[in-house]
Amino acid sequence: MRLEAKSLGWAAGSRPIVEEVSLEVAPGETLGLIGPNGSGKSTLLRLLAGLLTRRTGTVLLEGAPLTTLSRRDIAQKIAVVEQIAETSEALLVRDVVELGRTPWLSALAPFGAQDRAIVTDALEAVGMAQMAGHRWATLSGGERQRVQIARALAQRPRILILDEPTNHLDIHHQLSLLRLVANLPVTVVMALHDLNQAMGCDRLAVMDGGRMVACGPPDEVLSTARLASIFRVQATRLRDPADNATVFRFLCHEV
Amino acid sequence: MSDLAAPRVTGRTHGLWVAQGAAILILAVLGGVVIGETPLPLATVAAVFANNIWDAGLIVDPIDAGIIWSYRLPRTLLAAACGAGLALSGVVLQALVRNALADPYLLGVSAGAGAGAVAVTILGVGGGLLGISGGAFVGATLAFAVVAMLARAAGGGSAQLVLAGIAGSQLFNALTSFLIAKSANAEQARGIMFWLLGNLSGVRWLDVVLAAPVTAVGFLICLWFARAMDAFSFGVSSAASLGIAVRRVQIMLIGAVTLMTATMVSLVGSIGFVGLVIPHAMRFVVGPRHARLVPASALAGAVFLIVADIASRMLIPGQVVPIGVVTALVGAPGFALILVRNRRWS
Repeated sequence: MRLEAKSLGWAAGSRPIVEEVSLEVAPGETLGLIGPNGSGKSTLLRLLAGLLTRRTGTVLLEGAPLTTLSRRDIAQKIAVVEQIAETSEALLVRDVVELGRTPWLSALAPFGAQDRAIVTDALEAVGMAQMAGHRWATLSGGERQRVQIARALAQRPRILILDEPTNHLDIHHQLSLLRLVANLPVTVVMALHDLNQAMGCDRLAVMDGGRMVACGPPDEVLSTARLASIFRVQATRLRDPADNATVFRFLCHEV
Repeated sequence: MSDLAAPRVTGRTHGLWVAQGAAILILAVLGGVVIGETPLPLATVAAVFANNIWDAGLIVDPIDAGIIWSYRLPRTLLAAACGAGLALSGVVLQALVRNALADPYLLGVSAGAGAGAVAVTILGVGGGLLGISGGAFVGATLAFAVVAMLARAAGGGSAQLVLAGIAGSQLFNALTSFLIAKSANAEQARGIMFWLLGNLSGVRWLDVVLAAPVTAVGFLICLWFARAMDAFSFGVSSAASLGIAVRRVQIMLIGAVTLMTATMVSLVGSIGFVGLVIPHAMRFVVGPRHARLVPASALAGAVFLIVADIASRMLIPGQVVPIGVVTALVGAPGFALILVRNRRWS
């Protein structure tokens, strides 16, 4: 499903957080969003999901402005995993994933066998099926992240918006999550911190000071000059002899 | 491994739950009618019911008949409606503001309803039963708006909301006291003070006819939005991303709470702790999912207030203890328990 943003902006009071961002995500594409801390990545993701009011500009979902769609319509198409998810309710892992079915259910279409199967699939996809009966409160940060991703998968979205999904995950789960996301037949927009992982995206958009300063294939976007000016690191491109992939090594000269 | 999860409610077990709930409620109501200073045998109660419902024409002592049909039954039914309404209000507020301590009493809604009702009583705006309920509704809405805005202005956190609720309660309680001191005569003041503590004396059928539909509508609204309340578990933004029309759901549910609280306060005064303690107790029993928490809390609230009313009539022979005092005597230790439990969790 195609997602478009036209001169998108949002301000916290008088301080602009995101300004004049226009981008287009093609169906099935994986777009990585990178940028230093406070560059507006999370806000841009929330704008794309239609979760912030008082925005300027428009977001188009398959050509239709988000503002013309109901929350329910949007939730059937876009699933969001935010960085922080906390609850004081004594929910079980399975309860949390079942929340993902919310946009598909109504009084006339209650939770049924098909929903149960979708929830089980989602739990299996993130390797949490054996913990379905555990309490959310007892999970580690990484386990919570995977459960939230399972919840998003249970929404059966066409577009998945992820805010630093590999945070809190150990290296094995980071890589398996990125592979899972890459293999999903959906459009993905995700903020990433690890620039080596960002190399795996179809395209990268670079945020700096609330503006999008570059957007294109990872090889073009992650030039050493740009890494120096925006991320303030000196990067060296290395080649992995095993598969000829590009890897970065970073050095920081300033304190 | 889905069998690890909580047992699913199938159609048949669903029916069983409803039947059990109805049986418990009927038993409690019967208890409320039978137990009292003059214990009345079940046979007499049955005869009075038969006479009034089917015109059976059985011979019953008219005094007994009066106690049962005009005094204890409406009183017990009103207790049930109030208990259910207050417990539902607690469920909704705890879900929406995501604070374990939220209930209409703590968030100032009850105080606002009390102030509104007293304003109408003393200043004579409108007058009559609906006038008092209307005043209570306006007061409750106003109080919730003040508390919500104050909490928002203070940063919108969970702690801020409780603090704003306390400030709001104090403000509206002070307003009530001010109105009483300024305008009421001694007789009126005593009556209002007693009523504010929660009181089911002098309940008439008209009160039941007003309260029962309000609770029923509130219950249906809560049940309708049960899934939406689940979606608020991870906060407002998460609820929105799950397809919940946040503003509309909030308005509907807060409206239901305000209506229920205002009606109950205008009829029986402000009864604390039911809305706070019952939902938490029920979370232990049926879990946090609202499809079960809503009916369980409504039932438990109804039964709890019926029992509290029986206690209020029986504690001191020949005298009625305000029911708010009874619920607070049970509720305060329950409240303490929640605090201790929460500390262990965090």
